[in-house]
Amino acid sequence: MTNEELKAKLTGINSALTFEEGGQWLNVNVEPKDWLPFAKELRENPELNFDYMFCLTCVDWKTHLGMVYHLNSKNLKHIIVVKSKLDRNNPEIETISHIWRTAEFHEREVYDLFGVTFLHHPDLRRLLLTDEWVGWPLRKDYEDPVNMIKL
Amino acid sequence: MFEEVATTEQGDLVINVGPQHPSTHGVLHLIITLRGETIMKIEPHLGYIHRSIEKMCEGLTYRQFVYVTSKMDYLSSHINNHGCVLCVEKGLQLEVTPRAQVIRVLMDELTRIASHCLWWGALGMDVGALTPFFHAFREREMINVIMEETCGTRLTMNYMVPGGVMADLHSNFQKRVKQFIKDFKPKLIEYDDLLTNNSIFIERMKGVGILSKDDAVSYGCTGPTARGSGVSCDIRKWYPYEIYDKLNFEEVLETEGDSYSRYMVRVREFRQSLSILEQLIDNIPEGDFQTKTKAVLKLPKGEFYSKVETARGEFGVYIVAEGATNPYRIKFRSPGFSNLSALDHIARGQKIADMIAIMGSLDFVIPDIDR
Repeated sequence: MTNEELKAKLTGINSALTFEEGGQWLNVNVEPKDWLPFAKELRENPELNFDYMFCLTCVDWKTHLGMVYHLNSKNLKHIIVVKSKLDRNNPEIETISHIWRTAEFHEREVYDLFGVTFLHHPDLRRLLLTDEWVGWPLRKDYEDPVNMIKL
Repeated sequence: MFEEVATTEQGDLVINVGPQHPSTHGVLHLIITLRGETIMKIEPHLGYIHRSIEKMCEGLTYRQFVYVTSKMDYLSSHINNHGCVLCVEKGLQLEVTPRAQVIRVLMDELTRIASHCLWWGALGMDVGALTPFFHAFREREMINVIMEETCGTRLTMNYMVPGGVMADLHSNFQKRVKQFIKDFKPKLIEYDDLLTNNSIFIERMKGVGILSKDDAVSYGCTGPTARGSGVSCDIRKWYPYEIYDKLNFEEVLETEGDSYSRYMVRVREFRQSLSILEQLIDNIPEGDFQTKTKAVLKLPKGEFYSKVETARGEFGVYIVAEGATNPYRIKFRSPGFSNLSALDHIARGQKIADMIAIMGSLDFVIPDIDR
């Protein structure tokens, strides 16, 4: 599907979506509260069929946290990037680990490094850092005088 | 983290494999719940070699950060570097000379063979056959010598630069690669005799650790792990970079999804990589090995994503640039991380002794998972 067709199709699902073009792939902005039903539709709608999530990450924009989901459809061969803005003081979004199983580990990583809470995640714990670690290292304001080397 | 209670309420036994265990090929810690000899659950504990490479890269320039990625999947360091320079080139809209493109592909395929050699030897050791290890390391050594001559190092090559490669090929390169192709071909028949057609080995691998096609996609598995389940996912075919679309090679697919299929994919990939080397070694174009670039690279504001096929699967580099000399945020999508997340699903219901063979067939490099 071309970007125009994708845009028309996605707007049909959720009219509140906004789009950004000009990058590598079509970017879709979604409200955190709309994310779970939207994700289900992306996965299950036979015309969209996004069955492969190849990247899940987060970016600290200082004013807010931005979730970034890269989705690919294996048989229809289209790619979109879904983004969602979260409140930096209380970042919460629904988990999609039951839709794309790969998200379970990726969401744990984002929780570990950014402190985003994934609601209804089956096992939300720190993944790479120790359980006793304090703070969210990949946030821009994180300071660690011992472990951080600034170049 | 290390509870003293070693049984669960149902009477299941909880054991630790690792963080220091020969079969985990690095510091990976698995907490395994056992009922008798059957695996009920595997819980991986990561992070023993987490260096926060992504945070580190935020402070490095676009020329510097490339080389940190050599220390992630150290067996595919060339290909990791390749993914990074591709992403920077995408941001700068930089054309790479034909000679540099061919050199890069040659190096990638040599790396793939070397990585598969190490995996092949280590897998034999995992299932109790020590001989393959020495055979595979003998061939890997030949590639290391080639790398050492041209790149200066044997493991973390750091040979790619945005715009091309760091130095021209050594004058011995063509001669040595041709010799390697000639020597390695009969060795592959030897490999088949040692493991592929070995009935003890087949017994250990066939029908063990089955991963279905749908699960492989859902867990984000890539590389030989997914191709063993029949998922077509070779980035070299799907999103060709450099000159891969002009080369004649096939994407190796197996359908069973068991440990033996994953094994077969990698063994057959030896021959595909050799074929790519053969097609290119006499056709390296003359010209510059590097495009002229500015001393200080600045990526325009925007987001760039590139993916390459490492020996373990899809390696993605996601750069968020703000117009500065260093990236605002970098995410490395490492293949091992997603492949590991499927381990619990694959190994449930299997015997503890088979777990080692399953792990061997998934081909983990731990620094790649921890980053």
